[in-house]
Amino acid sequence: MPAKSIRAEYLKGLWQENPVFRQLLGMCPTLAVTGAVINGIAMGLATSFVLIFSSLVISSIKKLIPSQVRIACYVVIIATFVTMADRFLAAFFLPISKSLGPYVPLIVVNCIILGRQEAFSSKNSVGRSLIDALGMSSGFVLALLILSSIREILGSGTFLGHQVMGAWFKPWLIMIFPSGAFITLGILLAIALVIESKAKQRR
Amino acid sequence: MELLALFISAILVNNFVLYYFLGICPFLGVSKKIDSAFSMGLAVTFVMTITAVFSWLINHLILIPYGLDYLQIVSFILVIASLVQLVEMFIRKISPPLYQALGIYLPLITTNCAIMGLALIAVLNNYSFVETVIFGVGSGLGFTLAIVLMAGIREELDLADVPEPLKGAGIALIVAGIMALAFNGFLGMIK
Repeated sequence: MPAKSIRAEYLKGLWQENPVFRQLLGMCPTLAVTGAVINGIAMGLATSFVLIFSSLVISSIKKLIPSQVRIACYVVIIATFVTMADRFLAAFFLPISKSLGPYVPLIVVNCIILGRQEAFSSKNSVGRSLIDALGMSSGFVLALLILSSIREILGSGTFLGHQVMGAWFKPWLIMIFPSGAFITLGILLAIALVIESKAKQRR
Repeated sequence: MELLALFISAILVNNFVLYYFLGICPFLGVSKKIDSAFSMGLAVTFVMTITAVFSWLINHLILIPYGLDYLQIVSFILVIASLVQLVEMFIRKISPPLYQALGIYLPLITTNCAIMGLALIAVLNNYSFVETVIFGVGSGLGFTLAIVLMAGIREELDLADVPEPLKGAGIALIVAGIMALAFNGFLGMIK
């Protein structure tokens, strides 16, 4: 595999095919856990773990899976890694696991993961699937990081729990509420579209 | 009385879409027309009720007695997938009109995180059997309410002059945000 295509395969997940901003996949966790940066990061890493390892396993055994029952097979493999991630968080990071609540087990129905298996890992080599999974995970973590930073800084005036805004700042409570998540993501999507159309004009 | 409170709070206060952010994909995808939104809502309510029953039975009759709680995620997702398949075959056999109405929406529900979320949240909150069923029906109705309201707004939105980059998902999310804000008003009703 030439070096350039590795780079392109990785970078497409960050922007061109960014799962959240461009493909609108995995919206539920994106909206639900981004009230605080630490939760966003934990969710992003847990999802990345599941995505990378399921891609590895599925791309390496893709010839053994009969195509009629492939979705069920993918789901069982994904669910196995989700269980591992869930138990790991509960064992070592109990407060985070508590605050993420049902959203860690819900990674199992995150459409990004099943989508990548169906669209990519089931057709490509192990190496390419790994690069693709790494790219998509980075894109997802990036999206969660942007959204949760905006919400935490404006909603509680802190970043990762540290005060960043001066005493004059009155936190915008709405940003912590569900409505803040919807509105912020809507505006971010619009900004992403504007950037994309500007980039297209230049090309 | 407590059951009634649980029912109302599942519909209005802890609305699945606007409070738990579950089922966002159909909420944004199938909310362009009121008819199809209503069918989707009915299909979800139906599957949610059945899932609530079966997930509780499996959890309390099989997983917990044998100390297999760590298999919850795997078993719930498999149960949901096979239930949706069964329900689809069953409806096609006994009620063709209903099948026509729900038809294409049923298979989509398998990957709907609201169904899985329902099973998991009911377990997390340690609901009893009756509570789980009421929670399931209420959550389904709450989903239907949200998606039908959304479809109503979006039908009107077609005529509005929306800025180019906000068209589609952008404005839909902002509308959902304002709806969530309105639903916040129900917070005072419970407790």
